[in-house]
Amino acid sequence: MNVLAYLIPISLALGGLGLLGFLYTLKTRQYDDPEGDSRRILSDTWDDRPKSD
Amino acid sequence: MLSLPTIHCQACIAKVERALNAHPGVTSARVNLTLKRALIDAAPDVTPAALAELMMREGFEAHELDPAALNETATGSAGRDLLMRLAVAGFASMNVMLLSVAVWSGAEDATRDLFHWISAAIALPAIAFSAQPFFVNAWHALKAGRLNMDVPISLAILLALVTSLWETWLSGHHAYFDAALTLTFFLLAGRWLDARARSAARSAAEELTALEVPRAWRVTEEGPVEVPVSELRLGDHVLVRPGGRAPVDGLVIEGRSEVDRALLTGETLPETKGPGDAMSAGEVNLTGPLTLQATAVGQDTSLQRMAALVAIAESGRSRYTSLADRAAKLYAPGVHILAALAFLGWLIWSGDMRVSLNIAAAVLIITCPCALGLAVPAVTTAASGRLFGKGLLIKNANALERLAEIDTVVFDKTGTLTTGQPRLTNWDDLDPTQKAIAHALASGSHHPLSQAICAAAQAEGMLPADLTDRAERPGYGAEARLGDRPVRLGRPDWIGLSCGGYDICTALQGPEGAPVLLRFTDAARKGASDTLAALKAQGLDIVLLSGDRPAAVSTFADRLGIADWHAGMLPDAKARFVGGLADEGRNVLMIGDGLNDTAALASAHVSISPAQALDAARAASDMVLLGQDLSPIADAVAMARRATRRIRENFQIATLYNVVAVPLAVAGFATPLIAALAMSTSSISVSLNALRLGGRR
Repeated sequence: MNVLAYLIPISLALGGLGLLGFLYTLKTRQYDDPEGDSRRILSDTWDDRPKSD
Repeated sequence: MLSLPTIHCQACIAKVERALNAHPGVTSARVNLTLKRALIDAAPDVTPAALAELMMREGFEAHELDPAALNETATGSAGRDLLMRLAVAGFASMNVMLLSVAVWSGAEDATRDLFHWISAAIALPAIAFSAQPFFVNAWHALKAGRLNMDVPISLAILLALVTSLWETWLSGHHAYFDAALTLTFFLLAGRWLDARARSAARSAAEELTALEVPRAWRVTEEGPVEVPVSELRLGDHVLVRPGGRAPVDGLVIEGRSEVDRALLTGETLPETKGPGDAMSAGEVNLTGPLTLQATAVGQDTSLQRMAALVAIAESGRSRYTSLADRAAKLYAPGVHILAALAFLGWLIWSGDMRVSLNIAAAVLIITCPCALGLAVPAVTTAASGRLFGKGLLIKNANALERLAEIDTVVFDKTGTLTTGQPRLTNWDDLDPTQKAIAHALASGSHHPLSQAICAAAQAEGMLPADLTDRAERPGYGAEARLGDRPVRLGRPDWIGLSCGGYDICTALQGPEGAPVLLRFTDAARKGASDTLAALKAQGLDIVLLSGDRPAAVSTFADRLGIADWHAGMLPDAKARFVGGLADEGRNVLMIGDGLNDTAALASAHVSISPAQALDAARAASDMVLLGQDLSPIADAVAMARRATRRIRENFQIATLYNVVAVPLAVAGFATPLIAALAMSTSSISVSLNALRLGGRR
């Protein structure tokens, strides 16, 4: 059962990472225009190649 | 900020943003497709009107929005706040649930204690953060000496936490950390759905208000200057151009024109105003420019005073208690008494404080209105989403429930059942020369009759005659010369005719022969007769109230088959009529658009106004009809009845679960596993039942 000592903190940390990620997207207002964002990826006007500078 | 109601695809986004960013002075422009708006950062010398025109040229309908009227940040941040708490509660409940599964499947002794302690370490901060809205609401209710749904919720969560901590301390078997967290999670989900539906409705309603940007032309020594309405002061001279709405109450000091008072009185025919006449805010100037000396501005205008009266009348409506509140009123004391009885009973019978407290906590958790908290918001969100798609905006949370109870529908005539725009009826009696002359004389005027003539002529593809010296005679009509002969279009008595038995008419003096009369009717709105038929089929009584003259109302009522009509109704007569129906025990749905309807709208059981209505009328009504078509109303009534039935069903489902689970809890058989199962299944079945409403075509 000693393995619990690692597994529980690890699983909590992983879950917490997901939570933090969600809170980050929320804070940066990524849910304000779900419809527009889902369409924007279809257009090649904005990002047609990886950033190179 | 611009509103772009017609954008719908990724190509539109690209086109709009490219066009806006190419405009000199624009630093950045971004389209929000969900809200159908473009947010533009630009140098101060770039006017919104210029950008709107740019969009028009690109082929998109565009309107300027007044950012001050949009309270976006407040509504949006409330939703984001709830979503954040929901995420924390969801994360914590999943983890604690995993640990609990281990306990349920037989972890023992030190392992179980360890799991309980970890659960406690997760649950305490998570609940302290995410259940705050409930605690705050419950505290406010208790301070005011009332009970609401949040009181049993908070009590259950807190009691569950306290007993679980105590149990954990004593290395006991049962801890309810998972139940407390799941409860918080489901209830927050209900709150969030509720908040989202309401903020969507509010932002749409705010957008309607924001579309009317309050600007006015103040006459200064250097000429007219465009200023915001809020900067106008008493005694200012204000120019009202043809087609514009008076921003202030005032006396006409210069100019002569006809004024459309339809929104204030329901009159279809314009009234002539000249120097010395009073004009009130909200009236639309039609033919010639008028200069007003402001006698009342801002909050003191008659329009605002009426709106304030409406707000007072509206507070009377809060008497209505929603289904959820009625359920809570029965529920909250019942739950507390039940838990207290179980606690006392076990305390007397066994004398064991720890067991009794455990049982009381189990009773509270199982009876906790988890499903009840979801039952109403899930249904209203589904129903209002469907209705919004059909073009009906629900502003008030419990309007759907009230709409389901109506038995009488009261319509206003002008602007509601009719479009408020007259239509020419005897156009075909005119010969081509007369038609061409009428078209030429009418074009360029804001008078509704002139616009009707132009519409009729354009429908035929008729070209206007070549006239010279066209001049408006404000209050009378327009005249011009065809070759060297005068032609005139305008009031019948100016030209030397009388209207006879017809309601609305104008006269045309051609180059030769006797003058002819052009007759108009007020056209019925699209879908009016279908809607009336559908409403009658649902067993509703239909009444028509109008401020217009009896002759006009009776022909119209006959055409639509309305037996019960009343003409010449003044605003307070309308309100009294609606109030009288209410006193007879009827639940009235009032549909109207003008300021003359606002008092009646506010005193009705539930009310609808079209989007073209005055701001005050929209504010007074519970629902706003977004399109030109009336038919969503009949759908809405049917939908409201279905939704209310669904809410009741949900209450029954939730009660059924409680009836099964509560005896178990009182008898002391409820383990945390049973509590968790009962709670989750009832919440899920309630949500699924609500979703059936949204899915059916």
